[in-house]
Amino acid sequence: MEIKVLGPGCANCHKLEELVKIALKELGIDAKVEKVSEIQEIMKYTMSTPGLVVNGKLKHSGKPLPDINKVKLLLKESA
Amino acid sequence: MLKKFADYITYTLLKLEPTSHLGDALNFFIYDTLKIFLLLTTIVFMVAIIRAYFPPEKTKRILSHKREYIGNVMAALLGIITPFCSCSAVPLFIGFVEAGIPLGVTFSFLISSPMVNEIALIMLWGLFGWKIALIYTGTGVLLAIASGIVIGRFKMEKYVQDYVWETKVGNMEIVQTSFREKVEYARDYTVDLLKKIYPYVIIGIGLGGIVHGYIPTELVVKYAGRDNPLAVLVAVLIGIPLYSNAAGMIPVVQALVEKGMAMGTVLAFMMSVTAISFPEAVILKNVLKMPLILTFFGIVTVGIIIVGYLFNAIL
Repeated sequence: MEIKVLGPGCANCHKLEELVKIALKELGIDAKVEKVSEIQEIMKYTMSTPGLVVNGKLKHSGKPLPDINKVKLLLKESA
Repeated sequence: MLKKFADYITYTLLKLEPTSHLGDALNFFIYDTLKIFLLLTTIVFMVAIIRAYFPPEKTKRILSHKREYIGNVMAALLGIITPFCSCSAVPLFIGFVEAGIPLGVTFSFLISSPMVNEIALIMLWGLFGWKIALIYTGTGVLLAIASGIVIGRFKMEKYVQDYVWETKVGNMEIVQTSFREKVEYARDYTVDLLKKIYPYVIIGIGLGGIVHGYIPTELVVKYAGRDNPLAVLVAVLIGIPLYSNAAGMIPVVQALVEKGMAMGTVLAFMMSVTAISFPEAVILKNVLKMPLILTFFGIVTVGIIIVGYLFNAIL
C-alpha cells in the first residue's frame, strides 16, 4: 500500500501523519507513510490540506481531521 | 429565559445589587456568554453542513470560465460558504489561477472568505441584532466584489510569483461523502471551532462587561463617537493586528457602542479585524510579489475606511 500525507508542514498535517501511523500499527498493516510537503506535488490531488492519499486516490482533505476510527476505515477499504 | 437565569444568578444567588457596578457587569457577562455560546453552537453546526456541500474544489469548478463582474459577484458569495483558512490560501490561490479564474475574481474570493465568516455574523447578530449583521454581510460582499474588480483592472498578473503559472494541477477529485458523513463533519467542525475560540469569547465578553460597568460614556463619545473624524482611521489601524479575533472583539465593541461609539466606526473596525492581517500577507508572499500584496491590502483598507465614514454619515 502506498500512503501519502499531504501538507506544507502545519500542525494538522503532523497530527494526521501520526494518526495514520497509529492506525496502520493497530491494523497490523506494514506500509510506508510518505510525507509530501512540496506544493506542486500537493496540487496534484487537492487544494485543502492536510490530505490523505492511498494508492493514488484522495481519501481525505481539509479540516477537521478524521478521527482514528475513520482513518482505519479509509485505510481498510484500500487494503 | 436567559435573562431570567442571569438575573437569578447575580441578584438572587449572589445577592448583588442590580444598581452596583459589579452586579451589572456580572449580569451582563452571564447573559451574553450563554446567549453567544447557544448561537455559536447551533449556527456554526448548520453552516458547517452547508459548507460540506461546497469544498474548495467545487467552488473552483463553479468559478472557472467566469468573467469579470459575474465572476466577482459569484466569488464573493461563494467566499461566504466555502471553508477557507489562511493556512490553505496558497494551494487555493494556485488552484484558482490554474483553473483560469481571473486574478480579480480570485481576489474577490480571498477578500470575502475571511471577512464574511459565520463567527463574525453570529456575534454581530447576537449582540447587535440582525440588521447590523445583515449590513455587515451586504457591505462585506460589495466591498469584496468592488475590490476584486479594481485589482483585476490593474492587470497585475506579472506580480504573481512565476512558479504559480508553471504549476501543473492534477485533476482534483472531490471526496464523495454521505449525508451522515457531512453531519459528522459538521459536528467535528463545530467542536474544533468552539475549542479554538471559546477563550477569546469569554475574555471578550468579560472585557465588554468591564466596559459596560466601569467606562464612562463621555470618554467613549469623545474618542469613538460620531464627531471625532479620526475615529474610523484609528479603528481600522487598531483592527489590523487583531487578526482572527473577531469573536473576542465584538463583545467589547458592543459595550463601546452602548456608550456612544459610532456604528460606521464599528463596522470598519470589524472588517479590518477580519479582512486584513499580517499572517495572511506573509502566507500570500509565497504566491504574490510585493507590489500586488501592497495593492491588495491598500485597496481593501481604503474600501473599509470609506465604509466606515459612509455608515457614520447615514446610520
